Amino acid sequence: MSNMKFDDYLVKNKFPLFWCGGCGNGNVLGAIVRAFEELQLDRKNTVVVTGIGCWGKADDYINTNAFHGTHGRALAFATGIKLANPELKVLVLMGDGDGATIGGNHLIHAARRNVDLTAIVVNNLNYGMTGGQYSGTTPEASYTSTSPYGHIEQGFDLCKLVEGAGAPYVARGSVYNIVQLQKLIVEALNKKGFSFVEAIAPCPTHFGRRNGMKTGPKMLNWIKENSVNIKQAEKLSPEEREKKFVLGKFVDRDKEDYSTKYEKIFAIAENAE
Amino acid sequence: MEQNRRIRFIQGNEAIAEGAIAAGARFYAGYPITPSSEVAEVSSVRLPQVGGLYVQMEDEIGSIAAIIGASVAGKKSYTATSGPGFSLMQENLGVAVMAEVPCVIIDVQRSGPSTGLATKPAQGDVMQSRWGTHGDHGIIVISPSSVQDCYDLTIQAFNLSEKYRTPVIFLADEIVGHMREKAVLWEPSPDQIINRKKPTCDPKDYKPFKPDEDGIAPLAAYGSEYVFRVSGSTHDETGFANSKPDNADRFIRHYTDKIEKNKKDIVILRRFNLEDAEYAIVTFGCSTRSALEAMKIARNMGKKVGVLQLVTLWPFADDGVRELCRKVKGVVVPEMNLGQVIRELKRVNENNIPIVGVNKVNSEAITPFEILAGIEEVER
Repeated sequence: MSNMKFDDYLVKNKFPLFWCGGCGNGNVLGAIVRAFEELQLDRKNTVVVTGIGCWGKADDYINTNAFHGTHGRALAFATGIKLANPELKVLVLMGDGDGATIGGNHLIHAARRNVDLTAIVVNNLNYGMTGGQYSGTTPEASYTSTSPYGHIEQGFDLCKLVEGAGAPYVARGSVYNIVQLQKLIVEALNKKGFSFVEAIAPCPTHFGRRNGMKTGPKMLNWIKENSVNIKQAEKLSPEEREKKFVLGKFVDRDKEDYSTKYEKIFAIAENAE
Repeated sequence: MEQNRRIRFIQGNEAIAEGAIAAGARFYAGYPITPSSEVAEVSSVRLPQVGGLYVQMEDEIGSIAAIIGASVAGKKSYTATSGPGFSLMQENLGVAVMAEVPCVIIDVQRSGPSTGLATKPAQGDVMQSRWGTHGDHGIIVISPSSVQDCYDLTIQAFNLSEKYRTPVIFLADEIVGHMREKAVLWEPSPDQIINRKKPTCDPKDYKPFKPDEDGIAPLAAYGSEYVFRVSGSTHDETGFANSKPDNADRFIRHYTDKIEKNKKDIVILRRFNLEDAEYAIVTFGCSTRSALEAMKIARNMGKKVGVLQLVTLWPFADDGVRELCRKVKGVVVPEMNLGQVIRELKRVNENNIPIVGVNKVNSEAITPFEILAGIEEVER
């Protein structure tokens, strides 16, 4: 394989990007593609699996194998792909509505099952594609097109959820801290087993506009102001911490992945009656 | 051990799992549900013995998603379920249609709607198997009437799925799935097994949705020399999203045409005593058994009765049924539903001969005598 450059992983004839000005998806895409370049991933052996939503369009721009499935089910499609051919590097791109709300059940079970997949959830705190309705991660008291009087539900802490489900690698980055995000994505791709990276991203068109942050820079600044690293978070009271985006790596443990375990099943079954 | 497997006294569901493995299936993903669970259990034992994967997913939505993913990664794959699970699979069944992914979905029908009578038989999913997923499409649906059918026709289901790059629904029912009979588990020879066409072009020229002259596009596998994309969104030959009206029109017609225009190859009918028949019973699945018994009794009574068994329910055997309706004086259609297949018969009944339904939804099998009563009614 010849040396792969950043551009080699992109489908440039699909540019310009479909997303709104100020959206964070392009930044996360850049971080992913730089991670591909850093790891020199083989295009033939890489599959990008996406769901439906703004971020679900990401595979249009990535020049590897791709599977564009249904809303919320990307991890289930990816599970079949990976188990059928464990040699593949499978990256699953989902949004917060897609991967963590309608697809929440697949998320926890993929983490528990420990299939060797890398899941990246871009969390822009609402459903962008359909007009900015509240999702499972929309913060309490914020405004969306369907919480016009203020949101009364608590948003999910996705990293805690996935950690609780047993994933061996769990991290959160943000579009504001893009270098850190890229580093976390590289680590996740290198991790054997289920790895999960949440990327906090701005949606000025919908979430921002309804919460006093009409522009990309304003929303990015809000993300920056409300982000703390794990060390800083330790000094905060639980109530204070709940209102912040805690960034960094929460879990990095070794666990035998599903396909490796299944190899042993083959051996047992072969000798069974 | 192989020798023992040749002739066995087994359950329909067990024969389905054995048929799948004989057809070359090496991936199962499913969620337990009565009355299909034995397909999963037998698969969990047998697949790892032949290098195949069994995985139990968190629900039926994930199960069908996983088999679709596994198929694009190169493994023949299948799942088994019943009514409630089949309902949950409908959205992703559309992905298999849209992305043209071979896979087999086994629906062992039970009494519905909703949870219904979980352990009792029905034939109520005929229309759901045809139209359950949204949007226009063609679909192949095969219905077994014996344990031997469960083995033979499961192999056929995989073959058609691979040949036409399409999901195939194996529409069994609780009676056939749970009954025990003698079955011959024959070993298919390589020429009895159809595998999907693989691309032979230069990898940079490969278009995963560009049909060959036979109307079917070759399907590569992830991890091969071919880098490609598949999509459940409306796409063009490359697999990239394409929202142009002429493209949408072309592909949606293609999904229907590739099935409907190959009926001659796809449709299987079984004819019993139809040569001299004045009246016919048109039947499918478990009801076939009562229909054949009713035919025997009627013949003993001197009535010229024959049976047409619709082994393939969809695409519907328009020609075969139309021809029958021209020949006989009347038709009886026993169904364990309130009349789903009978609608199709009425659609092709050009001469307006009497067609009578024998419909039962109380969870009990239709008896031969109930069918005989139907024949008496149609004679009047």
